[in-house]
Amino acid sequence: MSIEPQIAIDKVAHVYRPPRGRPVLALDDISLQVQSREFLALLGPSGCGKSTLLYLIGGFLPIEKGTISINGEPVKAPGPDRGIVFQHFALFPWKTVRDNILYGLERQDMPRAERLKRAQHFIDLVGLSGFEDSYPSQLSGGMKQRTALARTLAFDPSILLMDEPFGALDAQTRHLMQAELLRIWQGSPKTVIFVTHDVQEAVYLADRVAVMTARPGRIKTVVDTRFDKNDPGIFKAKAFVDKVDELWNLVRDEAIKAERRAP
Amino acid sequence: MKTLSRYLPLVLLAVFWEVAARLELVSSSALPPLSDVVVSWIDLIKTGELVGNTGASLYRAAMGLLLAIVIGTVLGIGMAWSKPINVLLSPIVEIFYPLPKSALIPVTVIWLGFGNGSKILLIFLGCMIPVTIGAFNGARSSEQTLVWSARSMGANRLRMLWDVVLPSALPELLNGIRTALALSFILLVSSELIVAREGLGYLIGFLGANGSYDAMYAVVLTVAFLGFAADRGYQMLMNRMLQWREQTP
Repeated sequence: MSIEPQIAIDKVAHVYRPPRGRPVLALDDISLQVQSREFLALLGPSGCGKSTLLYLIGGFLPIEKGTISINGEPVKAPGPDRGIVFQHFALFPWKTVRDNILYGLERQDMPRAERLKRAQHFIDLVGLSGFEDSYPSQLSGGMKQRTALARTLAFDPSILLMDEPFGALDAQTRHLMQAELLRIWQGSPKTVIFVTHDVQEAVYLADRVAVMTARPGRIKTVVDTRFDKNDPGIFKAKAFVDKVDELWNLVRDEAIKAERRAP
Repeated sequence: MKTLSRYLPLVLLAVFWEVAARLELVSSSALPPLSDVVVSWIDLIKTGELVGNTGASLYRAAMGLLLAIVIGTVLGIGMAWSKPINVLLSPIVEIFYPLPKSALIPVTVIWLGFGNGSKILLIFLGCMIPVTIGAFNGARSSEQTLVWSARSMGANRLRMLWDVVLPSALPELLNGIRTALALSFILLVSSELIVAREGLGYLIGFLGANGSYDAMYAVVLTVAFLGFAADRGYQMLMNRMLQWREQTP
């Protein structure tokens, strides 16, 4: 490849050691490169270690084998260059919507007036105007995830790590949020790594989809999924449907393997 | 109106008390009529005895409780946060937990004498346990993803204790403090009953020994009311501090 990748994952393995029981090889021999401003989906059956890989990139778990570099620098700890959005939102329940979004900005040298202005910009961007002073417990699931998204976007990480962010939402809300994420991403392209087990979601959102095997998770293959995402009829377009089929066939075997394995 | 009707059983109890004593269903030395108790209470206020001794008692309870809250919170969160601290402290907490703290009354007197020091130490030691346990359990329940979120937004480890672990621990911590508050009254009065020269417990013991049962009951009722008022006030404070928790929109 001619340009230096923003994220370079090289032969990473990870062993999960439960408090009781035997250690489990969760990830094995993962190598992957992600370009700046690329939208990559990690697709695989439950328990294949795709979230673990995301946490390793985030610097939340120690990298014991292999290396992960961001712009050539090895990952050692979490940092504000990598924002993360979790499936269950991980909002501070004791902070209002506004204060949640301000939290990351308060860790940076930014005058108060500018922080407030910036927070309001992202509140408006995700359509939460009027809910600034609500606590997370007063919001619906979709609104919670909008808050979490705004909180992460607000401190402007160049990389967005998303851990099944729409997995806890109902089908309609999930659809709306996918379209919204795409709109936001097209407005200010960031590098996105998006973990999901939903094939259609992966094909719809991502530029490339990395399919993972059942445990131990390896990269089975990487599939190009560039489409005109703004086409309103995309879900019915033949090329799109064929791509979903192709990926579904790749994932199905792994899902069956994962399903049959004793827990 | 609703509050009033809620406390109606207390009014009935008061009436029953008065009638039972007036009709001499029980001996008037065992249970003087409530109206006599009220008269004694007003006398105690006038002489300044009640106010002075209440002040002394509240000072001891407040100091002991404050120390217990500060140190207990630090210890509990420390135990949840660091394995070595946990290994060091948890056996001590476990041994100390079931010990009836009133057994320490003579010990604290030997150490610190008859004055404020021994009472404050006793209340501190007794109240620290529920605070520590509350802080520990609460801090342990702080969600991994919240800690990670704060870290990724640039919070260092110390910041995170303050910004994530402490607020996560707050519901359980505040419940522990509520237990400690009730315990502080128990320890206060029992220690003052046994060895003290002032305070509400001392006054109860002194008046009882002198046969001034009206006045003794007046002080007992005062203690009961103070305990109730403290708990009520605390609950209001607690609800304010936890207003972010699950609620209907």
